[in-house]
Amino acid sequence: MAKYLLLKHYRGAPSAVNDVPMDQWTQEEITAHIAYMNDFAGRLEKTGEYVDGQALSPEGTFVRYDGEGRPPVTDGPFAESKDLIAGWMVIDVDTYERAVELAGELSAAPGAGGKPIHEWLELRPFLTASHNVTECHHP
Amino acid sequence: MNEVLLRSLTPSVLGILVRRGADFAAAEDAVQDALVEAIRVWPAEPPRDPKGWLVTVAWRRFLDAARADTARRRREDRVEEEPPPGPAPSVDDTLQLYFLCAHPSLTPSSAVALTLRAVGGLTTRQIAQAYLVPEATMAQRISRAKRTVSGVRFDQPGDVATVLRVLYLVFNEGYSGDVDLAAEAIRLTRRLFAAIDHPEVAGLLALMLLHHARHATRTAPDGSLVPLAEQDRGRWDTGMITEGVSVLQTALARDRLGEYQAQAAIAALHADALTAAETDWVQIVEWYDELVRLTDSPVVRLNRAVAVGEADGPRAGLAALAAVPESVPRRTAAAAYLHERAGDLSTAAGLYVEAAHKAPSLAERTHLTRQAVRLNTRDRA
Repeated sequence: MAKYLLLKHYRGAPSAVNDVPMDQWTQEEITAHIAYMNDFAGRLEKTGEYVDGQALSPEGTFVRYDGEGRPPVTDGPFAESKDLIAGWMVIDVDTYERAVELAGELSAAPGAGGKPIHEWLELRPFLTASHNVTECHHP
Repeated sequence: MNEVLLRSLTPSVLGILVRRGADFAAAEDAVQDALVEAIRVWPAEPPRDPKGWLVTVAWRRFLDAARADTARRRREDRVEEEPPPGPAPSVDDTLQLYFLCAHPSLTPSSAVALTLRAVGGLTTRQIAQAYLVPEATMAQRISRAKRTVSGVRFDQPGDVATVLRVLYLVFNEGYSGDVDLAAEAIRLTRRLFAAIDHPEVAGLLALMLLHHARHATRTAPDGSLVPLAEQDRGRWDTGMITEGVSVLQTALARDRLGEYQAQAAIAALHADALTAAETDWVQIVEWYDELVRLTDSPVVRLNRAVAVGEADGPRAGLAALAAVPESVPRRTAAAAYLHERAGDLSTAAGLYVEAAHKAPSLAERTHLTRQAVRLNTRDRA
C-alpha cells in the first residue's frame, strides 16, 4: 500500500520512441489516444488503485516572497527551463512492481500511426506520513 | 450511543445473515445499511436487544435488495423459505469472517479494506479517509474484494497467519481521518484472541498493546519523532503494558514460539526498563536471534545489528551490520548511529545526510537531518 506519482513531462524527459507531436497526428489518432487515457483511469478506479489525475497548462509563473509589505515578485514563464511537467496521475498500489507495470501501460498510450508512444514517465514514491514501525531501534 | 459497541456487533450479525443463506457480498451491504440506520435511529429509540434489532433490519434490507434485483429472484425465493432462525451468535462465525476477509486470493490492501468494513464495521468513507484515497476508489476496492471471495465457502477453514498479517498491516499503516487505526487493529485482534486459541494471535495482541502503550510519547506535539531512548517513560500506558505482558507470558508458556511472540518479547523488555540505560540489550539480542531463525528477514537482521551495538558496543554492531544488504530501508540511518556511537562523528554526519535523503517519511527525514546538524554544529555549541 503505497502511493506513487506518475509524472508526464512536456520537456525534460528522455525522448519517446514514437516522438511525433500531437499536432501532426490524425483526428482519429487523437481520439484513440484520449479514449486510451480515459479507459486507463477508469480501469484503475475499478481496481481500487486510482487516487488522482490532473493535466497542467504549459504556461506557468514563478512566484516568490519579496519582503514585508511588498507584493510577491513574479517571473517567467521561462521558455528555456529544463523541466516542464505536463500532468500527473497518483496511484495507490500494493507494490513497486505494480506501479512500474501501470506506468508501462500508461506509456503505451497510442500516438502517431496508432502506435504506442513509448513515452518516458517519471515514477516517484510519496513520502509517507510517519507510520507505526514496530520495534525499530534506529535513533 | 457507543459507535464502537455498535460496530463490535457487525461480524456476528453478518455471520447470521450468511448462515441464513445470504451471499457474502449482499449480506455485507445489508449490514452496512443497518449500521447506518442504527446510528440514525438509536439515539432517540435505543433498542432493548441491539443485536436482534440489527439482524432484523439487515435481513429486511437484504430481502429488499434481493427483491429489487430481478436477476436474483430465484435465490430470494429460496432464502425466504428458510425458517427465520435465531441461532446463538457463534464465535465460529466471527472467526470465519476473519478468514474470508484475509483470504489469500486478496491483495494486502484489499484484505485490509474488506476486514475493516466487514469485520470492523467501518464505513467506506472512513476507510478511504484512513488511507487517503477517494471514496469511489475505496468503494471499488471493497466491492472487487467481495467479488474475489464470493466463491469461497463460508465454513472453509482458513489460515490464521494471513489474518494476523492483515491485522498487523492495519496496525502499522494508515494515516488519519476520524478512525484510530492502531486502536481499531487492537480491537479486532482482541476479538480474534477471544475467538481462537492460538499463541501467535496472543503474540500479536501483546505486541500491539506493548507498542501502543508508548504511542503518546513517540511524537512531539509538532509531529517530530522522539526516539525510544528519549521518550518520557512516565507517560507510557502502564495498564496496556501490564495487559500485554500478561497475554504474552501465557502465550510463551505454551512453548510454541512465533515471530509475533518474539517481537512482543522485545517490546516487553523495552517496556520493562525504567530508564533507557537499564534496557536489557543482551536479552533483546537473544530474541532477535530467535526472530532471525524464525523469519530470516533482512529487516530483523538490521534491528538485530543495532541491538548488538547496544549490547556489545558499536564496533560489534557495525560488524553485524556488514551482513545486512545495502537495500534494506533505514540501514544507512542505523550505520550513522553506530558510527556516531563509535566516535567517528564526521562519517556519522555524512551518513545521517544520506539517510535523510533516503528516508521514507517526512518526519524521519527531518529527524535524520537534525542528527546531521547536531553533529555538524557540535564544535560551535
